[in-house]
Amino acid sequence: MKYLDEYRDPDLAQRLFAEIRRITTRPWAIMEVCGGQTHSIIRNGIDQLLPEAIELIHGPGCPVCVTPLEIIDKALAIASRPNVIFCSFGDMLRVPGSAKDLFRVKSEGGDVRVVYSPLDAVRLAQQHPDREVVFFGIGFETTAPANAMAVLQAHRLGLRNFSMLVSHVLVPPAISAIMESPTNRVQGFLAAGHVCSVMGTWQYRPLVERYHVPIVVTGFEPLDVLEGIRRVVLQLEAGRAELDNAYERAVRPEGNVAAQQVLSEVFEVTDRAWRGIGVIPQSGWRLRNAYRAYDAEARFAVGDIQTRESPICRSGEVLQGMLKPNQCPAFGKECTPRTPLGATMVSSEGACAAYYQYGRFIKAEEVGVAR
Amino acid sequence: MCLGIPGQVKEIYDMNGIRMGKVDFNGIVKDVCLAYLPDITVGDYTIVHVGFAITRLDEQSALETLALFQSIGLLDEELRSNAAEEEAA
Ligand code: SF4
Repeated sequence: MKYLDEYRDPDLAQRLFAEIRRITTRPWAIMEVCGGQTHSIIRNGIDQLLPEAIELIHGPGCPVCVTPLEIIDKALAIASRPNVIFCSFGDMLRVPGSAKDLFRVKSEGGDVRVVYSPLDAVRLAQQHPDREVVFFGIGFETTAPANAMAVLQAHRLGLRNFSMLVSHVLVPPAISAIMESPTNRVQGFLAAGHVCSVMGTWQYRPLVERYHVPIVVTGFEPLDVLEGIRRVVLQLEAGRAELDNAYERAVRPEGNVAAQQVLSEVFEVTDRAWRGIGVIPQSGWRLRNAYRAYDAEARFAVGDIQTRESPICRSGEVLQGMLKPNQCPAFGKECTPRTPLGATMVSSEGACAAYYQYGRFIKAEEVGVAR
Repeated sequence: MCLGIPGQVKEIYDMNGIRMGKVDFNGIVKDVCLAYLPDITVGDYTIVHVGFAITRLDEQSALETLALFQSIGLLDEELRSNAAEEEAA
């Protein structure tokens, strides 16, 4: 595939590894914000092949992992209703709520359906005018344009039986929260490339200035990740803090303006609780008043929700980069992708799942990018 | 869900007033919403998230980045061979 294989070239990867080794003189802690990058890093053994001085801290950018437990429980309650067709992206089905998951609701007779695109849920609402179709609208700035378009489309079609359970999260406020945490160790960021494809790079300039921290917009293929790391290290070694774009083929400084227009038409900024982390001010999107008719939370009174997290799971520490997944006592024992205790073990973008899938018991030489 | 993948636009059509397209992901063709890329044309590459094309892949910068990677290695090799020559001398 064009634009994929070229960015997986092992010889070029070797050159980048060598170059990073050459320019690194001191220890540095760099956070990859996005779960897609975490996946790529673990899959290709990049963290193990880097000089020891460089530590990659896995960030909270896994949408499935940070969707608040309360929202998961609401989803479970709505999906259990007899007249509801509950539509979701596939990786939400195994996410543990307080008592069960969507998969369990489905096996108990709930009409839970996995869709590829939120527009599929709109189509279902058209086909089933006698049923309530609810879409689980979660994710970062990358999935938000799709979800916003689904709401607009339902509105255009005059569908009264379509609604969305919205729990969107935003990257820049999460970076602020990380930098302001008293335990923060992060000295530089790989910003999530596809989030910037939508939102542009300009949102990150104030963060670079306020926290004097290098932020490099980075892609997902092994060479993209290595180039992002190289550029962060170059800045750190020189004592510079700048906004840089190492993913120019997919990210324009202004982002996708058409998508931003629809986003601001449909959504407004709100405080949001992040699972395992807590409330981050102004860190999410909810439906604007004009579209409140499509808000599943308003449409279905789901009553008092008493949330209960697994007492064993330490995903909050994992999501904040304080604990590596395989340092959790339950990792690979009580907790596996088949029996996940936390959301970070469910999605392929979750750090625990990535560590499990790529057997972080195996030596670096045996994984991914060839030596 | 967040793992966007590159694909090539093969066909553009309209569905209920929404700009849609057939996008080829290494042999697998899917229907993708192109509403957010009003300028994209058949043959262009794009990155798709949950059925929506969110950005066009720019061939020029893709090639420039690859050229940069090539030069990084070469520069390093040159430095090393220079150093080796100096040592030998
Ligand atoms: S390994 Fe399982 S129990 Fe431990 S932090 Fe990860 S998800 Fe939670």
